[in-house]
Amino acid sequence: MYIDPHIHMVSRTTDDYQRMAQAGCVAITEPAFWAGYDRASVNGFVDYFRQLTDTEPRRAAQFGIAHHTWLCINPKESEDVGLAREVLGVIPRFMDRPNVLGIGEIGLNKNSKTELIILEEHIALAKRTGVLMLVHTPHLEDKLKGTRLIMDAMRNQSIDPGRVLIDHVEEHTVPLVLDRGFWAGMTLYPDSKVTPQRAADIFELHGTDRLWINSAGDWGVSDPLAVPKCRVEMKRRGHLAETIRKVSFENPLQFLSQSGRFKITTA
Amino acid sequence: MASPLTKEQAIDLYFMEHRAKVIDLAAFLDRIDRASGEPSKDFRISAMREAIALLLDGQSDRARRILELWSDPTENPIDKTTTKGASGTWNR
Repeated sequence: MYIDPHIHMVSRTTDDYQRMAQAGCVAITEPAFWAGYDRASVNGFVDYFRQLTDTEPRRAAQFGIAHHTWLCINPKESEDVGLAREVLGVIPRFMDRPNVLGIGEIGLNKNSKTELIILEEHIALAKRTGVLMLVHTPHLEDKLKGTRLIMDAMRNQSIDPGRVLIDHVEEHTVPLVLDRGFWAGMTLYPDSKVTPQRAADIFELHGTDRLWINSAGDWGVSDPLAVPKCRVEMKRRGHLAETIRKVSFENPLQFLSQSGRFKITTA
Repeated sequence: MASPLTKEQAIDLYFMEHRAKVIDLAAFLDRIDRASGEPSKDFRISAMREAIALLLDGQSDRARRILELWSDPTENPIDKTTTKGASGTWNR
């Protein structure tokens, strides 16, 4: 039994839900993200938020998977400040939907001043509404700098780091994130981010507290079964079943349960 | 949390997989040599050569140090984005 706490099922087929359920997935969380193109207006986001709060939960339920979501405008679209603020304006309309856990995946992409302004406005919204945050850190060469800027932005608004998950950590950012009291997520990708082998290494180096794994499966090169593959990797190294359960089930359960809305289907 | 593996077990488990990756890397550099055009001064290949040298310095924490080597070392936000993508290594 496992939880995939970060996957973009709007980009995946129904077959993937079926295969994930067969591999033991009982719950997922789906952050709002970039569609691969910039949406033309706020109405594109309204439709997307309806998909995340209505369509996907029903699709997941067919396979006994509990679906949850996070809302935001992704940093890749936040250079257009006017549009970003319009989207921030419609998010509260959806915050009362039963599967909404909080604000995410907010963060930075290229570490620009505008991205940072819109990140700060998302943080303020989360603080005002008392919800959890799931944070995207930038890709590749931009990750280290962006991770520091994001954590500073959280500190500047006196956010409790225990209610923030900073995602896509790698060897050079995981100690920075954990040392400042945040939760950290490792994304298992075939080419970028970390492989199941490296994730297992990172658990061995930094322990299993406040650290989880996810597939972040989306429309790019990614694998919706990455979490069970990492479980197999840890098992073949000889890690205990309770350790594997902690990182792939207990840890996400502990963090997400702070929302008061996280549910697991254990049929 | 310690690794449950002995050094010998780790080698047995992972050698073939990483043998293939080393040959892949060699073939990639050969492929660039064979490709048409002038010898490449691409910053990504320079960064890769620096990383390969780091692998041979006898120190541990190689993955972390390579990621840091390839990271943007500046601290302040940039004025404006010109692209959504990342190159893989910082262009000095």
